Amino acid sequence: MNNRFKTSFLAAPYALWVLICTILPLLYILGYALTSSTGSFTLANLTAIADPVHLKSLWLSIKVAFLTTVICLVIAYPVALILHNLKITNKGFIVFMFILPMWMNFMLRILAWQIILSNNGILNSILSAVGLPTLHILYTKSAVTLGMVYDFLPYMILPIYNALSKINDQVIEAAADLGANWLTTFTKITIPLSKDGIISGIIMVFVPALSSFVVSNLLGGGKVLLIGNVIEQEFTLARNWNLGSGLSIILMIFVILSMSIMNKVDDSENGGMLV
Amino acid sequence: MKKKLLSFFSILIFSAAPIISFTGCGSDAEATNTLIVLNYGKYIDADVLKRFQKETGITVKYEEYEQVEDMYAKYKAGSINYDVICTSDYMIETLRKEDELIPIDYSSLPNYKNIDKQIVDASAAFDPTHEYTVPYFYGTVGILYNNQMVDEETVSSWDALWNPDYKNKIVMINSQRDAMMVALEKLGYDINTTDKKQLDEAYDLLCKEKKYVYAYLQDETYECMISEDAAMAVCYSGEAAMGMEYNENLEYTVPKEGGNLWIDSWFVPRTCKHYDAAMKWIDFMCEEEAATTNFEYVWYATPNTKVAAHEDEETLADETVFPTKETLSRCKLYEAYDDETLNYTTNLWKKLKAY
Repeated sequence: MNNRFKTSFLAAPYALWVLICTILPLLYILGYALTSSTGSFTLANLTAIADPVHLKSLWLSIKVAFLTTVICLVIAYPVALILHNLKITNKGFIVFMFILPMWMNFMLRILAWQIILSNNGILNSILSAVGLPTLHILYTKSAVTLGMVYDFLPYMILPIYNALSKINDQVIEAAADLGANWLTTFTKITIPLSKDGIISGIIMVFVPALSSFVVSNLLGGGKVLLIGNVIEQEFTLARNWNLGSGLSIILMIFVILSMSIMNKVDDSENGGMLV
Repeated sequence: MKKKLLSFFSILIFSAAPIISFTGCGSDAEATNTLIVLNYGKYIDADVLKRFQKETGITVKYEEYEQVEDMYAKYKAGSINYDVICTSDYMIETLRKEDELIPIDYSSLPNYKNIDKQIVDASAAFDPTHEYTVPYFYGTVGILYNNQMVDEETVSSWDALWNPDYKNKIVMINSQRDAMMVALEKLGYDINTTDKKQLDEAYDLLCKEKKYVYAYLQDETYECMISEDAAMAVCYSGEAAMGMEYNENLEYTVPKEGGNLWIDSWFVPRTCKHYDAAMKWIDFMCEEEAATTNFEYVWYATPNTKVAAHEDEETLADETVFPTKETLSRCKLYEAYDDETLNYTTNLWKKLKAY
């Protein structure tokens, strides 16, 4: 009894934190979303997602977030595998190397991409120096996707690397003993056993990519309107907090939906493995 | 037991923290010595800000915004009680009509005599009774171009922005009112039109332009032009003058169809809690030395008549900085939109960005 009292007592600051920083803001957003500017109840802010402009930017956000996730996964998995197979005793060093860029301000890193990708930027200077045609990348969807991949890649590598580290090497050896070649071992053993890492990596990349607006602001040149940008502009330029909140709620629903789909995949495959 | 006590105290501190900080905000000592200023980005020389704080002992909380609509949103959000704000003509008109302005006590501004009477008269468009504003800078909207990539003839008309030869070499201004103005001028309509058909036509024209546009920028325009990433950019005259300082191939023009003359002014909003400090601030901005330092930083036309004595002839003859009478005759001030038109154009702007 005393112990339980102690636990709840110690938890109080965190409960307060959650209340002030999570629950209250959410209630505020919900309140704004369900009212009109005059304060009366309405669903118009939620159904506004059907507006062609909003649908278009939501669809674009989903496409960009999906592409970002796929590219991150394709790059991250081999990197994590290589890192795992490197015989380095100091594993903390590897994690450090991937977290290191995050010590620099995120805006600075994205601004650096502006300089690299601009019409007369570093990339095009190199291309023209070796006699290749220059590329127009900055202020396009490709630039936005590139920026997101660059920014979110560590969030894909780290969980996969973690999951790979947990695989018992004896399982791999057992597979080899039983006659499985490299490919079979990889597809039947390594991938299923690192699935948890893949799934958390996907969630950690897809969800922030879906709601991001800073990257598209800086690398999209005002031409790439993601749903995050629409929401931001409703709060600032158009000062329609109600509509901005309504669209945020819709975006949250999409996030929850995508996370539950991923969890479903997780569960069903667990079941499959048991059988 | 000790632990329990500790956590108890930590809860006390946690829950008391907001109360402590709230009372902190309200204390008189701080209240008389601070000033909350809201201004456009890159619109003051940092030294002027420092000198003001040093000479008056007033602590300035200085905040910036990029687009004029951002300023309105920040002000209307109401979370910060701004004491003095600088913004553009038509937004001041909007706020005046909403009864958000407090009259300025001109008798407490000894340096106000430095301000050009002509510009004060022109301000009648948004401050007809001349009670609420003190001009800060003025200028035009035009095309900044690189004479190695574009010839003067091409940019003498707004048509240049729809020229396929310059695909991905055009920087459009990231401001809904100014972008709309460009399209309306090209169509030969009034830049203050509220006719939805005309606005729709302008929107269609801007959609057609989008495929040639390299980026929609505002504060980054001149950097983009200096590095020659783009051939031409729609921008404000001061932004243009700043770019021309760094790259001698750059030139600025207001196309023949005409453009916009704007006047940015200081005003005191209803949220003002430090009126005397606000007056000191506005007066300081009119002071000869401060105005000169600011002018040499922002390169917009200054309404301060004392600045000319500090500048060489070349600067004074620079038509980018000081628009000629002929240019001004082609330019018009914006009038504030009514709510309906404002919402309508805001929506068009959003559609354009998603297009």
